[in-house]
Amino acid sequence: MTFAALLAPFIAVALWLRARPLFEIIPLGQLLVSSAWRPLQKEFGFLPFIVGSAAVTGLAMVLAVPPCLLCAIYLAEYAPRRLREAVKPLIDLLAGIPSVVYGLWGTLMIVPFIRDILIPWSQSVFPNTPLFQTQNPTGYSILAGGIVLAAMVFPVIISTAEEVIYAVPGGLREAALSLGATRWQTIKGVVLRRALPGILASVILGFSRAFGETMAVMMVVGNMPQIPHSIFDAGYPLSALIANNYGEMMSIPMYDAALLAAAFILLLLVLVFTVVARLFLLQAVKRAA
Amino acid sequence: MKKLKRKHVEERLFIGLMIASMVIVLSSLALILGAVLVKGLPALNWAMVTQVPKGGYYLGKEGGILNAITGSLALAGGATVLSFIVSLGVVFYLHLFAKNTHVIEVVRLALDVLWGIPSIVFGAFGFTLMLWMGMRASLLGGIITLALLELPVMTRTMDEVMQMVPFELKEAAYALGSTRVETALRVLWRQTLPGLLTAVLLAFGRGIGDAASVLFTAGYTDRLPTSLLRPAASLPLAVFFQLGTPVPEVRQRAYAAALVLTVIILLISIGSRLLTQRFTRHVIR
Repeated sequence: MTFAALLAPFIAVALWLRARPLFEIIPLGQLLVSSAWRPLQKEFGFLPFIVGSAAVTGLAMVLAVPPCLLCAIYLAEYAPRRLREAVKPLIDLLAGIPSVVYGLWGTLMIVPFIRDILIPWSQSVFPNTPLFQTQNPTGYSILAGGIVLAAMVFPVIISTAEEVIYAVPGGLREAALSLGATRWQTIKGVVLRRALPGILASVILGFSRAFGETMAVMMVVGNMPQIPHSIFDAGYPLSALIANNYGEMMSIPMYDAALLAAAFILLLLVLVFTVVARLFLLQAVKRAA
Repeated sequence: MKKLKRKHVEERLFIGLMIASMVIVLSSLALILGAVLVKGLPALNWAMVTQVPKGGYYLGKEGGILNAITGSLALAGGATVLSFIVSLGVVFYLHLFAKNTHVIEVVRLALDVLWGIPSIVFGAFGFTLMLWMGMRASLLGGIITLALLELPVMTRTMDEVMQMVPFELKEAAYALGSTRVETALRVLWRQTLPGLLTAVLLAFGRGIGDAASVLFTAGYTDRLPTSLLRPAASLPLAVFFQLGTPVPEVRQRAYAAALVLTVIILLISIGSRLLTQRFTRHVIR
């Protein structure tokens, strides 16, 4: 039991120990803001990768949060019992699909869709918006990563948010309804306000899941160590950096320390997100009781 | 009157949006399964699932993905057994011996946090552990890493199942003079068995589908997994590696491997549904 409780800190310490040689040469603060990635010259700037992770995850959240919350509200408040019971296993199934299968789907459908339809379309409609312009016509882009990740976080956000909304006591709803509010007004003014911490937690959980996801993103995001300026540019998330380069990490000095430092940074960020989300959830449980 | 109308219009609008979002979510599931089926079925044949890669396989010659299928089963199976042993200990301890509720809370929080750690970080951690122990990429390394990955899923699910056991049942067992261990082995065990099996299936599903953690630790090989100390192939990595090649025949095999993997996940999902139904039918309340 102690083992289970201490495993997370232990992982952090182990990674930090392995990454320490790098931190001794270049301080962590400098690693985080430098964008020079030249392993052969011992220059390890993590900025492009952190920006890559953030861009892909941010896009995924923009795409995923609105439909997920609407879907969760519908399932918890409107859907008839039988529909609810039919849909929930499907959402669980979505959660069980392996990430390489998501990646495969991304390369088969999303990347061609972006390459053949979205890029030509956006170039004719928004010819002067840099965000929608690119020199990269392949379709392997942060947008592709964002779409695939959005589909991956659907089940995470929906199932947590749905449970939190469903747990709001019925008496509150009845009070609002009896004052003549429509169901939607009741949801907007009473239920959502009550469920807010839990909903925030579901979004943060989704965010941290997307932030750490590796294989699916790596297969569609293009993997170029640059700071993306457009949604059609290729990016290179932290997780993909680790997975792509493990093979060479023993041959270049300090490279293994740099990759494990990347893993350490990733772990720290995700730990912060998860702990915050759990604290919100605990608060939500206390509020509901 | 106008106000009344507006709030009803707003409600209609949002119900429409909700149904549209539901369609988006469910159609993404349909598209994923559809894409795997459409590409995978034509690529799947008997030789694919009964043969290991032969000479020139990666240029499109003879062979199949039996190495990846057996490798994945061995990896996920071994990891599931290992984490089952640890989980069972943790869960029985939490429910029978732990008295301090703070300790219980902290362990639950720790497991939830562990659940959120990305699998690539588990992979990197497993790799550093193996470096310290002087091991190379092997089946054993993969099993240990996957077991760590599966541990939070399995323990938390079992924990939830145990929480549903009525306290009176434990009291009744104690009243008859049984010790805590006897209660655990004779009463709780039977009461929760279907639920525990569901936890095992869920953890197995997470283990078999994960690629990022076995990438460093289990490696990849064309052979069947025969020794704990040799590298082992796995289905997710078979999809990943074979998709990256320019040879169309090899990419076909990636689709086939993805289909096999998806079918395994579907079976697990159906299995755990059936178990949950059984669980709710025969349990004493």
